[in-house]
Amino acid sequence: MQFGIFTVSDVTTDPTTGHTPDDTERVRDILTIAKHADEAGLDVFATGEHHNPPFVASSPTTMLGYLAGVTKNITLSTATTLITTNDPVRLAEEYAMLQVISDGRMDLMMGRGNTGPVYPWFGQDIRQGIPLAVENYALLRRLWTEDVVDWEGKFRTPLQGFTSTPRPLDGVPPFVWHGSIRSPEIAEQAAYYGDGFLHNNIFWPMTHTKQMVQYYRQRFEHYGHGRADQAIVGLGGQVFMRKNSQDAWNEFRPYFDVAPVYGHGPSMEDFTRETPLTVGSPQQVIDRYGAFVDEIGYYQRQLFLIDHAGLPLKTVLEQIDLLAGDVVPELRKIVDAKRPSDDVPLNPPTHAERVAAARAAGEQGAAHVGGTEDRWTGRRAEENADGRHANAGSAFGL
Amino acid sequence: MTTQRTLAVVSAGLSQPSSTRLLADRLSAATARELELLGHTVTIEQIELRDHAHAIIDAMLTGFPTGDLARAVDALTKADGVIAVTPLFTTTYSGLFKSFVDILDKESLSQMPVLLGATGGTTRHSLALEYSVRPLFTYLRADVVSTSVFAATDDWATGATQHDGRDDSVNPLPQRIDRAGRALAERVAARENAGPADPFATAPSFLDLLR
Repeated sequence: MQFGIFTVSDVTTDPTTGHTPDDTERVRDILTIAKHADEAGLDVFATGEHHNPPFVASSPTTMLGYLAGVTKNITLSTATTLITTNDPVRLAEEYAMLQVISDGRMDLMMGRGNTGPVYPWFGQDIRQGIPLAVENYALLRRLWTEDVVDWEGKFRTPLQGFTSTPRPLDGVPPFVWHGSIRSPEIAEQAAYYGDGFLHNNIFWPMTHTKQMVQYYRQRFEHYGHGRADQAIVGLGGQVFMRKNSQDAWNEFRPYFDVAPVYGHGPSMEDFTRETPLTVGSPQQVIDRYGAFVDEIGYYQRQLFLIDHAGLPLKTVLEQIDLLAGDVVPELRKIVDAKRPSDDVPLNPPTHAERVAAARAAGEQGAAHVGGTEDRWTGRRAEENADGRHANAGSAFGL
Repeated sequence: MTTQRTLAVVSAGLSQPSSTRLLADRLSAATARELELLGHTVTIEQIELRDHAHAIIDAMLTGFPTGDLARAVDALTKADGVIAVTPLFTTTYSGLFKSFVDILDKESLSQMPVLLGATGGTTRHSLALEYSVRPLFTYLRADVVSTSVFAATDDWATGATQHDGRDDSVNPLPQRIDRAGRALAERVAARENAGPADPFATAPSFLDLLR
């Protein structure tokens, strides 16, 4: 099982000090958090995508592209990428570019987004959320797997003879997850394609999570991608730890009580009982998260939210150290021992594994398409660079 | 069709004892009596919203009900008929009553036989049932019976005979309760709740979604 962290990138005042980071400080903190997670040995860093304050993560591939250059081992991912309001053509291009730059050390997770106005801001209708997710993703896949795409759908300008570049690394697209909290249609989509399914259950009781995951597993098997227990599943999570449980409880409570999502609502006692939020010692986190496998079967990725609600950077970095040093090694032993058999994937597929599988199945795509000349303008790249005008006007068909 | 029927009785009164609860009890007794006359066995699920007040706000903030409230919502959703009674505050249903309705799944009362009741200080508020409470349930596609019952404070002192000329001897509260109970009982007798729709059973196949 992979263990990692995900950020929603909220800018929140620290209720204990009154300090509010500005957007620049918050972005830089997130970079520090991701680098620290890599150095500490966590497996995954994922960023959300938001287009409204108080969130700063509007441009995931810029952030992840930088992180690809300054980290060594950590898998870079998203939580989530908006498949509804982003142009699937831009997603195909941006994430193929990230895949190339990171040398395949990335994957991504599709989500619809839960901020109503983002839809109209990007020219879409929220009531079409599911149809947008279905159509846009179908196009995105074609742009990655087919060299030249002719396409027409309901939501986007048609494409004739379009090639998305760069072509996916080694001709194999990135692994894709689909995240949904309550829509069976999205679990169905993930199952249909044999993609991963992540239930971000941080605000939900396990009974609900279990239903969604079981549904995805059954449908994964139905579509012939393997047995239900071989489907690729991820969960969200949320923890705050100190060596001494009572210290964790005392330190986190002021953040919990006014947190943007659940603040001023249920007590921390109620919320920790009803949701996966665990406040306490590393051992308590190990006990609680080690038991989720018993509920939903062996799964491949556990992400934690640790950098929200105004927690200071120093505290977040300490949480990463506790997670990577005290929790993950023990938790990994516990959950790996519960893997039902060797043919249940230990982790989500890596790029190298996907390349090997595609090669074996004869499904590997081209790593470059066409010649060295732009087939629309007839120009070569160097002709633009050296300022010659041999083909002036050719772009306009003159 | 079985003869077993369950009525969920939602009461949003704040004081204890409460005249809202009293009206709810009278309405459920009248409905149960009529259902029994029609040959049914009746189970009554009481949902006193005051007991769930904090949990209702928590559910609004977190997006899901927990504990006793989750069980109450489940009982309501699975009932064969609902009696919903609210005090009228500043021209309409109480905030607690509306908050409870707001945390319900939008489909959970669809086709559900519902009898509405309300309490208020004077009869001047009686039409609030029709212009504000009824549209709420119509929006949720509930099957709201045409008779709803408003009880003003004075109504609790009315009977078939007139005293001091101040009570409604033409159409007194007990008579209205009986008529409403009869109307709900007929609807409940005619329909059996198959239980809440299973979102997984009704999810479309992806091939249909792709079309």
